[in-house]
Amino acid sequence: MDNILSIVTFIPAVAAGILALFLHGEDVAAQRNAKWVALVATTVTFLVSIGIYTGFDPSNTGFQMVEEGEWLMGLKYKMGVDGISVLFVLLTTFIMPLTILASWHVTDRVKEYMIAFLMLETLMLGVFMALDLVLFYLFFEAGLIPMFLIIGIWGGKDRIYASFKFFLYTFLGSVLMLVAMVAMYADAGTTDIEALMLHHFSSEGFSVLGVYIVGGTQTLMFLAFFASFAVKMPMWPVHTWLPDAHVQAPTAGSVVLAAILLKMGGYGFLRFSLPMFPVGSAVMTDVVLWMSAIAVVYTSLVALVQEDMKKLIAYSSVAHMGFVTMGIFAANQQGVDGAIFQMLSHGFISAALFLCVGVIYDRMHTRDIEAYGGLVIRMPAYALVFMLFTMANVGLPGTSGFIGEFLTLMGTFQVNTWVTAVAASGVIFSAAYALWLYRRVVFGDLIKESLKAMTDMSSRERLIFAPLIVMTILLGVYPSLVTDVIGNSTAALISNYDMALAAAEAANQSAASH
Amino acid sequence: MIQADLTIILPEIVLAVYAMAALLGAVYTTKDGLAPVLVWATAGLMALLAIWIATNGDGTNVAFNGMFVDDGFARFSKVAILLSAAAILVMSQEYMARRDLLRFEFPLLVALAAVGMMMMVSAGDLMSLYMGLELQSLSLYVVAALRRDSAKSTEAGLKYFVLGALSSGLLLYGASLVYGFTGTTLFSGIIQTVHHGDVSIGLLFGLIFLISGLAFKVSAVPFHMWTPDVYEGSPTPITAFFATAPKVAAMALFARVMHDAFGGVVEDWQQVIVLLSVLSMLLGAIAAIGQRDIKRLMAFSSIAHMGYALIGLAAGTEMGIKAMLMYLAIYVTMNVGTFAFILMMERDGKPVTDIDALRLYSKREPGKALAVLILMFSLAGVPPMLGFFAKFGVWQAGVSAGLTGLVIVSAIASVIGAFYYLRIVFYMYFGAENDDPIETHSSPVLWVALMGSAALMLVGVFYQFGIEGAAAAAAATLVN
Repeated sequence: MDNILSIVTFIPAVAAGILALFLHGEDVAAQRNAKWVALVATTVTFLVSIGIYTGFDPSNTGFQMVEEGEWLMGLKYKMGVDGISVLFVLLTTFIMPLTILASWHVTDRVKEYMIAFLMLETLMLGVFMALDLVLFYLFFEAGLIPMFLIIGIWGGKDRIYASFKFFLYTFLGSVLMLVAMVAMYADAGTTDIEALMLHHFSSEGFSVLGVYIVGGTQTLMFLAFFASFAVKMPMWPVHTWLPDAHVQAPTAGSVVLAAILLKMGGYGFLRFSLPMFPVGSAVMTDVVLWMSAIAVVYTSLVALVQEDMKKLIAYSSVAHMGFVTMGIFAANQQGVDGAIFQMLSHGFISAALFLCVGVIYDRMHTRDIEAYGGLVIRMPAYALVFMLFTMANVGLPGTSGFIGEFLTLMGTFQVNTWVTAVAASGVIFSAAYALWLYRRVVFGDLIKESLKAMTDMSSRERLIFAPLIVMTILLGVYPSLVTDVIGNSTAALISNYDMALAAAEAANQSAASH
Repeated sequence: MIQADLTIILPEIVLAVYAMAALLGAVYTTKDGLAPVLVWATAGLMALLAIWIATNGDGTNVAFNGMFVDDGFARFSKVAILLSAAAILVMSQEYMARRDLLRFEFPLLVALAAVGMMMMVSAGDLMSLYMGLELQSLSLYVVAALRRDSAKSTEAGLKYFVLGALSSGLLLYGASLVYGFTGTTLFSGIIQTVHHGDVSIGLLFGLIFLISGLAFKVSAVPFHMWTPDVYEGSPTPITAFFATAPKVAAMALFARVMHDAFGGVVEDWQQVIVLLSVLSMLLGAIAAIGQRDIKRLMAFSSIAHMGYALIGLAAGTEMGIKAMLMYLAIYVTMNVGTFAFILMMERDGKPVTDIDALRLYSKREPGKALAVLILMFSLAGVPPMLGFFAKFGVWQAGVSAGLTGLVIVSAIASVIGAFYYLRIVFYMYFGAENDDPIETHSSPVLWVALMGSAALMLVGVFYQFGIEGAAAAAAATLVN
């Protein structure tokens, strides 16, 4: 299959089109059909995407399975994967069937719901595969539309506020990135990402409105991309849309948001910021590292005082993403490997945690931690699953959470000891909030009348958690599964980055000596 | 000689003669009884002329000693003007008939306005420019006041007339100064003077007055004051017409004057256009936030869109003109669809323009709601809709011309502007339940216009029907 990437990307869109055109009515049968179509489509997508994994050659650091075609306005339709993106593609196809399963009890406008999720899957896959700047932007930005609707239509009480905040926050970041992309096009004359990686953007300093910009064009472009990816990530202090969006989104929406959408920010840093603006990245490294360290500690502390379970997990996501940005901008093998690992592992763990909240929310219709307690008595299986993922979230060795945190900390330690020290203390806070949450919800006496009729997880729910458990533990005990795939690509990324910095340094010195 | 001249302006003559003959015919026969036929006949003729112009013309032909220029740029604009005017005409027929507004003058005035617009985009001389402009404007003043017994409609017509007369005065004054300092009204003569010596202060004054008059016609801030009131007061089909063809004509004329008459001194007018563009984008984005009336909202939206299109003009390059033409073509398509929907909005047979009435519309009419959703995101410039590529094009031209600051401002304005488009989507998809929902009466024509333009917003991402090549060719003939 020469165009397996396009096939994988557009299977969900085709399914969405079929639903939109051929499925009518709101009765039970139509709703069931919509769910089955979505489930089959996402599952087929996952099965086909395994072909990408098996066909992928980890020793090749370039882009593979590349497809190329003419598009309008001098742009290109170009798709491809390398070691950095291939696992994100698989993460997406892996998570989507689970989210459809988790939405089995949705009754309001089911057809539209499934269409929104299927379109979202296409767009997310496109983000990770696009090899043309504008194509990337198109997928990146279009994903806002289905997510806006998912939060807005199927969300909770304050969904309107949350959906607008989500959309406008991310849109503002993205248009600045678009301006930078336009400038890159004007500078390099191409929007091909492969070619842009080889293009050297000027790093000569100049003044804008009286402010001297170290690193010149590269720094400005870095900042424009940073505006977009930092919001998407999200990094402190532009993370405030995330808790709102998470709390108001339906369970499946939260899962997609945490497991996949947040990864686009980190992926963007690795795909654009480091390789295309090495000097700009180097100029900003310290700022980003400290922002990450603050994010880890600050959001962990904020998570401690949350009373809403989803909000707590949302803040914990921000903290975990802090490790990711730290690892990326440490810009060494351990750091970048760890960052990718952390993103993948967070994809499984946060998805599972939001699903855990969803399980009890479906029964009690509240996310207040206060409303629960003593669940272990009525729901032993649930208690076990929830414990596993709580531990994974804390970073217990043996789970995938540990590997990611450890690698990023190790990578950062070689660059900035103080940042590492501060961030490492965040690990302790994360244990505090996660374990405390677990104690308040699962342990204690079962005194609340309403909880006494709770039933344990259904077989559908068990089916959803099973693959997540397997992946969390598998990656925890056998991390090479990931690092072998990404290792060569990240090594190439790092060596290019170091070379570009050295070249810029040499150019500076020769300019100074003249 | 004279025959060659006449051949070149044959499309204009055909349309003008048709309008006058039909006027006589209607007056001497059944008057308004003929109106539905005239609407279709006018629209059909316009579509035929559009096809004729698109397929037949080639090269640059000059008629009447340079007063009238028929080049690729003019042809592109004329096709856009004629097609959008024809689309609006057929869309309005049923709406106006049901509200007893369908007078036979309406299609004929639109036809005469179209003749004026065709003159405008082909103008090669300040005199022919003014003739075209006034023919267009006078027809528009009358159609704005078409609903004679409504205070709002007559107010709209009067307001438009008074302010329009003021802007025409500005323009004429500018033209007289330009004539005084260059000794000619021909664009080709003006540009020679401009190229030879430096631009004198008097000529600069003339240029600024010309720009002010033209800015009024494209409703660029700070000459936009008439737009919201006229849009709100006029009957909806007329508003739809205002938002499409005249905007294309005025922008094309703007570009024509700037490049044909003042092409060599881009730096002298660039900053003025940049200012107009920035103010239009920001005001269009911010002022629309408070609007509850969808027609007023679309008025501010059109002000903002003209601001984006002006980026292409401000760039002062061939790439900029190409981007501007693409922007206009896409803008017109989006507006035809959006106004098709606004024409549908009604309750108990009365038109409704309050966006509040759209609450949870998607539950009742999922298909139409989806089309409006696509159009709204396209107007906001969110990919993958075609509206995004329109913005991308002008930004690209802006950055290439070194106007990065302008592009950044426009990026921020587009985020602010996204809010009100999103709000319409929000009302339709997850607003609170409304006790008094609207019905949407849809004739087949409106349905096709709405669905067609929404579909184009998506199809255009894959295939653009050769618009891009045509725009590039048109830009090449204007900028040398």
